[in-house]
Amino acid sequence: MAKINSPVELEEFRKAILNRRDPDKSCITLCSGSACNASGSAAVARCLEEEIEKQGLSESVEIRKTGCHGFCERGPIIVNNPGGVCYLQIQPEDVPEIISETAKEKRVIDRLLYTDPESGEKITHEGDIPFYKNQQRMVFGPNLSIDPKSIDDYLAIDGYAALSKALTGMSDIEVLEEVKKSNLRGRGGGGFPAGQKWEGSRNAAGEAKYVIVNADEGDPGAYMDRAILEGNPHSILEGLTLGAYAIGAHEGYVYVRQEYPLAVENLLLAIEKAEEYGFLGKNILGTGFDFKVIVHQGAGAFVCGESTALMTALEGRVGEPRPKYVRSNIKGLWNQPSVLNNVETWANVPLIINKGADWFTQFGTEGSKGTKIFSLVGKITNTGLVEVPMGTTLKDIIYKIGGGIPGGKKFKAVQTGGPSGGCIPENLLDLEVGFDELTKAGSMMGSGGMIVLDEDTCMVDVARYFIEFLTDESCGKCTPCREGLRQMLRILTNITEGRGQEGDLELLETLAETATEAALCALGKSAPNPFLSTLRYFRDEYVAHIEEKRCPALSCKELINFYIDPEKCRGCGSCLRKCPADAIIGGKKLIHIVDQDKCTKCGTCFDACPDKFAAVTKLSGVPVPAAVPEEERTIKKSK
Amino acid sequence: MSEILLEIDGQKVKAKTGMTVLEAAKAAGIRIPTLCYHEKLEPYGGCRLCIVELGAGERKKIVVSCVYLAEEGLVVTTRSEKIDRIRRTIIELYLAHAPDAFELLELAKEYGADRDRFAKEASFCVHCGLCVRYCAEVKKKFAVGFVDRGTRKEISFVPEIAAEECWDCKECFPLCPTEALQAAFVLMRALSL
Ligand SMILES: Cc1cc2nc3c(=O)[nH]c(=O)nc-3n(C[C@H](O)[C@H](O)[C@H](O)COP(=O)(O)O)c2cc1C
Ligand code: SF4
Ligand code: FES
Repeated sequence: MAKINSPVELEEFRKAILNRRDPDKSCITLCSGSACNASGSAAVARCLEEEIEKQGLSESVEIRKTGCHGFCERGPIIVNNPGGVCYLQIQPEDVPEIISETAKEKRVIDRLLYTDPESGEKITHEGDIPFYKNQQRMVFGPNLSIDPKSIDDYLAIDGYAALSKALTGMSDIEVLEEVKKSNLRGRGGGGFPAGQKWEGSRNAAGEAKYVIVNADEGDPGAYMDRAILEGNPHSILEGLTLGAYAIGAHEGYVYVRQEYPLAVENLLLAIEKAEEYGFLGKNILGTGFDFKVIVHQGAGAFVCGESTALMTALEGRVGEPRPKYVRSNIKGLWNQPSVLNNVETWANVPLIINKGADWFTQFGTEGSKGTKIFSLVGKITNTGLVEVPMGTTLKDIIYKIGGGIPGGKKFKAVQTGGPSGGCIPENLLDLEVGFDELTKAGSMMGSGGMIVLDEDTCMVDVARYFIEFLTDESCGKCTPCREGLRQMLRILTNITEGRGQEGDLELLETLAETATEAALCALGKSAPNPFLSTLRYFRDEYVAHIEEKRCPALSCKELINFYIDPEKCRGCGSCLRKCPADAIIGGKKLIHIVDQDKCTKCGTCFDACPDKFAAVTKLSGVPVPAAVPEEERTIKKSK
Repeated sequence: MSEILLEIDGQKVKAKTGMTVLEAAKAAGIRIPTLCYHEKLEPYGGCRLCIVELGAGERKKIVVSCVYLAEEGLVVTTRSEKIDRIRRTIIELYLAHAPDAFELLELAKEYGADRDRFAKEASFCVHCGLCVRYCAEVKKKFAVGFVDRGTRKEISFVPEIAAEECWDCKECFPLCPTEALQAAFVLMRALSL
């Protein structure tokens, strides 16, 4: 392939790609991100290939393996084009029928469609499924339609048009000004205005300047960056190149975590192809601008995602935060001006240059523009990746898109912002998501994690859980974080295990202040958040644990007892047979009793007791009633 | 080097560009407690005892003086209720490791720190990194380093290097604010013999 040497050549080339494509040709798209590969997408792909061959359709049906569609819980997903019939949770067994019925005969297979849980109706098109219908997929949208391994697919959806526009029609300052005007804020954690960061680097003195993609994505459960890296790597490269042009950098890095092999594979291939086509390397699009990108695989910890630690790791040293007070856009990688932005931040840049800042700023709130991808998980019906305009309410995300809380349970809180984020209670569900809005509510945007918690979740335990994660991930360099978190974890553990004492909350607050104010890096500074936000909204739960040794959510093992209500027990023996600890005393026609000394509180009996009896209950904060005397345990005829 | 003028605790202080706030304070005879600081070593910013407040009113911020560079017109406060409270907590966190370390007990007296506020920890090491950094930066031997991270972070001698270098040097020993270093070294010797 000869390099594309000018915008005119690019547009001709793009036209040629589109002309070659027959919109009426049958095309089966299959999502092939990491999440769905794990649930069998690779096997489905093999079956598709074999079956198309077998049914003699190689000429008329093609397969396109796309990135993640976001509704991973129902993956793998197949969309059949033209027509856009969407099938969910495809197994290899379904493939022959899909080919013979849908691809060949254009007939819809009802059983593979999505069923709306509310109306019971079948939904044919992906875009009509409530999970998708209420989203606005500006950044994530192309994932549904392009094969990330094909640069032509990216070009077919206007790929590299922004780069071409910028390099030939805009000065570097104009690119910078457009990004500044868009008020694009960082999607990786801090929400710092990208344009302002770029401007700092642009104006700073340095022998060389660098642009860097933060693809460390350490938040457990979050995978939006992986989905873009795997599904649309060119969008990140295009954004990065635009940034390089704006600040005057000729070298860029992608710091990607080692646990993302498919992301690395697709990214490396994308770089190779972009170089081949002349979108990267020397004399890009014949404009004289040079820019190369190097992929660095980080084996580091969560803290390596922190900007100074990441740069230290890129330099080949242990990824620990630096104590410097100079911003890394002034003195970063090898002490040179370096712009570090998150994957999603970079992926927004081509959109802004293509469509303009005015287009971009029509989405969002006063302070937060554009969209944000959230990773919606926890006690929620539809889990997956969700892209919505900033300003969408939490309620809409959780109920309209997420489909609410399963199992008839009550919503309790939503944890946002990753491990050092916070919990937002039900009375704030009308909150519009945005950087400042979430911060004001005591949580944060972070990189977009969203974990829904229901009434069975203990909020003290939630705080303990996240503080434990952060204690594990602390680099250990500074005292407020290393020692402070260690002690916070100890106290929180004591509280959840019934050893809470008067004064614990004050002590936790002091430790929280010490870390917030005096820790070296943002990990330590934000680490007390899980505690502070749960204390703010759920203080009564802390007090119940400490003063009454009671866990209101009936979740903390050390504070609950399983008890069989003698009035309700029908002596069916279900619990007796299943208890792994032999802790149930009972027999035919006898009231069953939990031997509290033997009980390990695994909850098996609670689940085993038939719903129609519901005799097993959890008690907390009250003594277990004395067992019915042995001679009175015979169950009389049904009452 | 040009001179700059800043204000520390209400006192006008002269400093040279490139000096840290801590150095400027020291030169003016204003004492700020430190633990991980050492003249011969690169600023580490680990213990966070040397925190000071910059600015006034709403826009106050807390920084560590051993890293922050002095600037013209800077207004620095080295003691306040908040600073003292944080320092006291840091000292108490240290005392959980080394309840009998002389340096810490002196600081505890000054800041009213309670030796028993936190549950005791097994290791004496307070992770100031003085031994590690002295060995690396001054002696350039790298005989002692940190292993692991977070709460599992520990100092550890590299036996091959230590066997060659340490016995006749031991310059890091007096730097240790607790007994941890000697303990580790002796342990290493014991294990390798
Ligand atoms: C402990 C810690 C972990 C972080 N991990 C990530 C990460 O995995 N990905 C990311 O983009 N930003 C992460 N950040 C935020 C980065 O430090 C930095 O703010 C961000 O990459 C800047 O890009 P943005 O402005 O586009 O968000 C982390 C921050 C901290 C303190
Ligand atoms: S705050 Fe925590 S992670 Fe950051 S430097 Fe201090 S110990 Fe390391
Ligand atoms: S002396 Fe400044 S942080 Fe330790």
